[in-house]
Amino acid sequence: MAVYRRNYKPYAGVLTAPWSRCFVLFRYSRRRLFRSKFLTGLFVVCFFYPFACLLIIYLAHSASFLQELGVPGQLISIDNKFFFNLMSVQGVFAFLLTAFAGPGLISPDLANGALPLYFCRPFSRVEYVLGKASVLAILLSQITWVPGLILFIIQAGLAGPGWAWSHLWIAGSLLISSLIWIAFLSLLAMALSAWVKWRIVAGALLLGVMFFGAGFAQAINAVLRTQSGHFFNVGYLMVTVWNAIFRVDAMHDIPVAEAWMALLFYCAICLGLLMRKVRAYEVIR
Amino acid sequence: MSTTIQPGVANGEIAQRIPAAPLPPLIELQDLSVRFGKREILHSLTTSLRGRSIALLGPNGAGKSTLINTLLGFYKSSAGSARVFGYDVGSEIKKIRAVVGYMPENDAFISKMSAVSFVQMMGELSGLPADMALERAHEALFYVGLAEARYRQLGTYSLGMKQLAKLAQAIVHGPKVLILDEPSNGLDPSARQRMIRMIRDIRDGGEMRIVLCSHLLRDVEDTCDEVLILKQGRIAHYNKRFLELETYGANADFTEAIEKLGCECAVTANRMKMILADGIETRDIFRLAAERQVRIRRMNFRRDTLEDIFLKAMES
Repeated sequence: MAVYRRNYKPYAGVLTAPWSRCFVLFRYSRRRLFRSKFLTGLFVVCFFYPFACLLIIYLAHSASFLQELGVPGQLISIDNKFFFNLMSVQGVFAFLLTAFAGPGLISPDLANGALPLYFCRPFSRVEYVLGKASVLAILLSQITWVPGLILFIIQAGLAGPGWAWSHLWIAGSLLISSLIWIAFLSLLAMALSAWVKWRIVAGALLLGVMFFGAGFAQAINAVLRTQSGHFFNVGYLMVTVWNAIFRVDAMHDIPVAEAWMALLFYCAICLGLLMRKVRAYEVIR
Repeated sequence: MSTTIQPGVANGEIAQRIPAAPLPPLIELQDLSVRFGKREILHSLTTSLRGRSIALLGPNGAGKSTLINTLLGFYKSSAGSARVFGYDVGSEIKKIRAVVGYMPENDAFISKMSAVSFVQMMGELSGLPADMALERAHEALFYVGLAEARYRQLGTYSLGMKQLAKLAQAIVHGPKVLILDEPSNGLDPSARQRMIRMIRDIRDGGEMRIVLCSHLLRDVEDTCDEVLILKQGRIAHYNKRFLELETYGANADFTEAIEKLGCECAVTANRMKMILADGIETRDIFRLAAERQVRIRRMNFRRDTLEDIFLKAMES
């Protein structure tokens, strides 16, 4: 039917599967995000370090070239520390991407009262949160565990099956540490976005949680002469957990189990905030 | 099947377009109560609404929007039950939402999106495939009169245009029930007229049943054939369907037959006003007219006395 005909006809065609509808949000949100040239540029910059790592892996397996350069072969070691450093750098980029992309996910819907339009359809709050979270999850996966695993596979291919078999746990470490960081960042960004309803303020809050949190932790440690301040430093907690996952020897002021518990606690708070705020209408009792 | 009634149409032609069966109940409430903390907003509402176009009428704070939000599953009932199209609000809310189109009272849009993308996305969320949702988004925006502005960002729309965009997203997926919460809120007179005309068109199209929530008597008068008046969360009045017939050849026998159906009836010259009794449909009136060779030249769902009824309900 021509669209200019002003009459209404009911829809009698096929419907999509209910489980697939949260990807509708993913498609629209992602399209909106990548209209920003800054985000696109930042996303490209996120691949510089993995590319540098790729060169290092190649160099590590080019003994003749290293000899020409006069670099001893033992200087470049592709091991758990190498991948831990990759994860640390990419983790910072993941945070920057989240700070830019995360706050705009939910706050515009809340600010413009769009939530009733989502939830008056056969579409639940959980599906809404999953749809929005998938934007960040896939975006951050593309710069963390995906390049990490590609580098691991390349290294395994160059070093041989013996190295791959004995270092297989590193692949698991890459995956687990990335997923923890992605889940935490996604929940934090969405919770702040839902809480303040204003994209810029939510972005500032996200930066504040990371940087002021670290400063606050240092101040508490210094004033109270304790190490408990680290519980306010999310970055420190995450690095503590990553060190354990990558089996990197490092001194920590708080036990790994407590760092895990603290991160889970923060995730629970974020989930609680989200479930409280992501409603069609807020009930004022 | 459409039940459009047009002036001057002969009985035989009209009779062919009469629905074969009475309309099923749209909304059934059984002792429905809604409580926010200590405040009880809706108090034991019990009724069954089955009109083509139903109005929830009442002053601000009467509980109209709360009732709609409860029917959509946004609020939980504290007691009693509610059904929409026979589906229970408590346990079958997804089925209800699949057949409902909802136009909320307040601003509801995504500012950085064009109208066509916005309506398409809402269609996809209702389960339409992407290409079909795009096609229907264009159609819906043409239908509501936003064709020229459909590529503009919603944030740049005037209030009237935003209302129309909300209507477009409510009908894009072809719902069976259209719930309109204060659709003429904040509109200037000409925009209001357009909105009312649109609602009447949808009602007369017969494809959707309408639940209109308003505190404006004129809006209800112009668009609805059944009214539930709420006051402080209670049913103040349930107004059955009023019918006005312009007939040719009506006699005392016809009037008597209508009254035997249980309808209250008043005759002036060739006009008849009646209140349809429970279970009586327009097809019954047509049948009686056909049996007695009475020609029905015009049929209107009139509510001349609505203002009186409303004021009386508010005083009670």
